Amino acid sequence: MMAASRKIMEQEPSDIELLLPWHAAGTLSARDSRKVDEALARNPELARHYAVIREEYAETIDLNESLGAPSARAMQKLFAAIDAEPARRARSYGSLASRFAGFFAGLSPRTLAWSASLGAFALVLQAGLVGMLLMSRGPASFETASFSNNASVTRDLGAAASPHALVRFAPDARLGDIAALLDKYQASIAEGPKEGMFGLRFANTATSRDEFSGLLSRLQREKIVSLAVATP
Amino acid sequence: MQVLYGRHHVRVFRFGLRLVRDEQLAEDLISEVFLDVWRQAGKFEGLSAVSTWLLAITRFKALSALRRRKDAELDEESVGSIEDTSDDPEVTVQKKDTGSALRRCLNKLSAEHREIVDLVYYHEKSVEEVAGIVGIPENTVKTRLFYARKKLAELLKESGIERGWP
Repeated sequence: MMAASRKIMEQEPSDIELLLPWHAAGTLSARDSRKVDEALARNPELARHYAVIREEYAETIDLNESLGAPSARAMQKLFAAIDAEPARRARSYGSLASRFAGFFAGLSPRTLAWSASLGAFALVLQAGLVGMLLMSRGPASFETASFSNNASVTRDLGAAASPHALVRFAPDARLGDIAALLDKYQASIAEGPKEGMFGLRFANTATSRDEFSGLLSRLQREKIVSLAVATP
Repeated sequence: MQVLYGRHHVRVFRFGLRLVRDEQLAEDLISEVFLDVWRQAGKFEGLSAVSTWLLAITRFKALSALRRRKDAELDEESVGSIEDTSDDPEVTVQKKDTGSALRRCLNKLSAEHREIVDLVYYHEKSVEEVAGIVGIPENTVKTRLFYARKKLAELLKESGIERGWP
């Protein structure tokens, strides 16, 4: 068998043989894929070669997956650079919007579906940040333009104390999973990350201490949560 | 941009890291790639997948970064042909395991060969897409991968692993 394989290698590889890696990766056209399938069915030597390719394919994926992910520094650097270009953005907002419309039109349906869930998460995150901003300014008040006295015409809009917890998500938690979890617990991200922890604020302000403790226990048991603790 | 970044940054990072072999540099690449995307969104005509476009920009940036590195001082051609033949302390143990040996030998391929193997197997790019990213004819894509795999088989053989091919 080994001798036969060597004989194949010494010859120029056939068109079908050259296509085997793409067949293993599932990226051939239906027509080419059918041709390869037929060749594999009638040529055991080619089938053995294909098994070797499948092994390479699996190990290449393993190798790449083991490389991990970039730190948050890369994202911070990117968005700082984008923020440093306000003039260009302001000047060409209209054209930029239409350009991005075309850009996203090129995304596949699967990508768009994924993006939609990520977008939902971004909205939740934004809501959390707005909430955090309001909280950091203390109890908000409304004033009429003609009367700035902080007495009778102001109305306190400060949020009633809502349950609050610090959560560390599992390193492999996906944004879609986090968004789903926030939805499930009616929570929003109010702050963070600080040392890997996010501050979560829960919508239900009428929760008793025991109920909140139970909620935290359930949260702690979630697969994507590494740690969940109540904050004062 | 956040959506686009969230969707693609890990694969862009891994592709860049496999090319430049330096995490810091690969992270810098990501910022540069997505900033270029931000600046050049109008140039994207939807003729290829977004990921293909991103990988093409990443490849260009990676090669530019490698050329800039003072300690390397290599042109693209020599960078493409360089091989990492160094062994690490785990080699002896890994040699007994085909999977580990395969991964170790994949790391030893030249940048040119690593690139094409990654694009086809990990990034799941078609012949046409790889040709677009690397800037070579489609037939060259097929033969380059064939010879990359042949080199991989030779490296495995040197490690004492025969797989029945070639």
